[in-house]
Amino acid sequence: MHEMSIAMAVVCQVEEAARTHGAVGVETVTLQVGELAGVVPDALRFSFALACEGTVLSGAELVTDQVAGRARCTSCAREWETGLPPRLGCPRCTDSRTELLSGRELQIATVRWAEDPQRTRALEEL
Amino acid sequence: MCRVADLQQAVLERNDTRAERLRTELAARGTIVVNLLSSPGSGKTALLETELRLARERGVAAAALTADLATENDARRLARSGVPVKQVLTDGLCHLEADMLAGHLTGWLPEATRLLFVENVGNLVCPASYDLGESLRVVLASVTEGEDKPLKYPAAFGLAQLVVVTKQDLAQPAGFDREAFLANVRQVNPGVEVVGTSVRDGLNTGVLLERALAVGAGAAAHRPVMARPAGHAHGGPHPHDAPHTHDAPHDGAPGHGGPHPHDGPHAHVGG
Repeated sequence: MHEMSIAMAVVCQVEEAARTHGAVGVETVTLQVGELAGVVPDALRFSFALACEGTVLSGAELVTDQVAGRARCTSCAREWETGLPPRLGCPRCTDSRTELLSGRELQIATVRWAEDPQRTRALEEL
Repeated sequence: MCRVADLQQAVLERNDTRAERLRTELAARGTIVVNLLSSPGSGKTALLETELRLARERGVAAAALTADLATENDARRLARSGVPVKQVLTDGLCHLEADMLAGHLTGWLPEATRLLFVENVGNLVCPASYDLGESLRVVLASVTEGEDKPLKYPAAFGLAQLVVVTKQDLAQPAGFDREAFLANVRQVNPGVEVVGTSVRDGLNTGVLLERALAVGAGAAAHRPVMARPAGHAHGGPHPHDAPHTHDAPHDGAPGHGGPHPHDGPHAHVGG
């Protein structure tokens, strides 16, 4: 199960971004996970919760957006859903000139930072 | 402060960047890496032992790094070939990463090494996601594992640049359906070369060595569909793709000997 390594990489990258943004907490991390990325979202969520402990991401929620696999034949321009297991040869041209349009994503899309309680209080006192 | 940040960062970017740097560093000193993936028990070590012995006989400077969760048994077996061998114990981790590999090579890999074979942890799931800076990724499956292995592990087979079907001497007793296996490989990785081997019978001995040396000499390795997403720098029609439309000749692949018909079109330099 490499989801733990993936989760740790996500946490590491979000920690860096939190430092840049001066964030004190993280509410949600949205991850794009391609159908062909070889990652199991449930296992990733489980690992993510563990990897977040003791970091600025503690208590953060992981949201995964699944991206369907799509392919296109560069010979005849036909497009199709690859499915899983993927069908990557063009059903018409039966050659290997296929390009993958989507499905391999494993990408941090957005991060929603938590409100800074001190900052909120300061604003209220104004 | 804006509460939502649009990061758009690839999760494996750090590994991919490290892998690319390692590939460049090794290429500069004339070394290429062959990354071997398979499930446990598919015959990686037996095949590698034969290939390493052959490399030594032919005067090719080869080395091998073998990764396991535990035990140094594989390193002991590979060391019998007489080439430099290093055992890496991952302490339970299911795969190698580029930075780990780079760390293990420092101070160990002999300067003159031309081919470094990396026997990844026996696992067809996790190692598939990690580029190790290899120039040739090979996936192995034995005839006893079932014809649907490529469909069950599409990332491992879909990203392979060479598929080796081992233990061909057992194909008949195991009732291995070669055509079904080839069709399944083609479904997830059209155009990839499939070669059958048998360490016991000597079938296609040297195939790993030959393919690796060809890539080291500048021949373009197969570029799997899964590894060429649209919009990527290499995403468009690639000049090397044309000669790769060779699905049909693979039908007789496992079991064939002698020079491979695809060697010609693959031998273009500067891939």
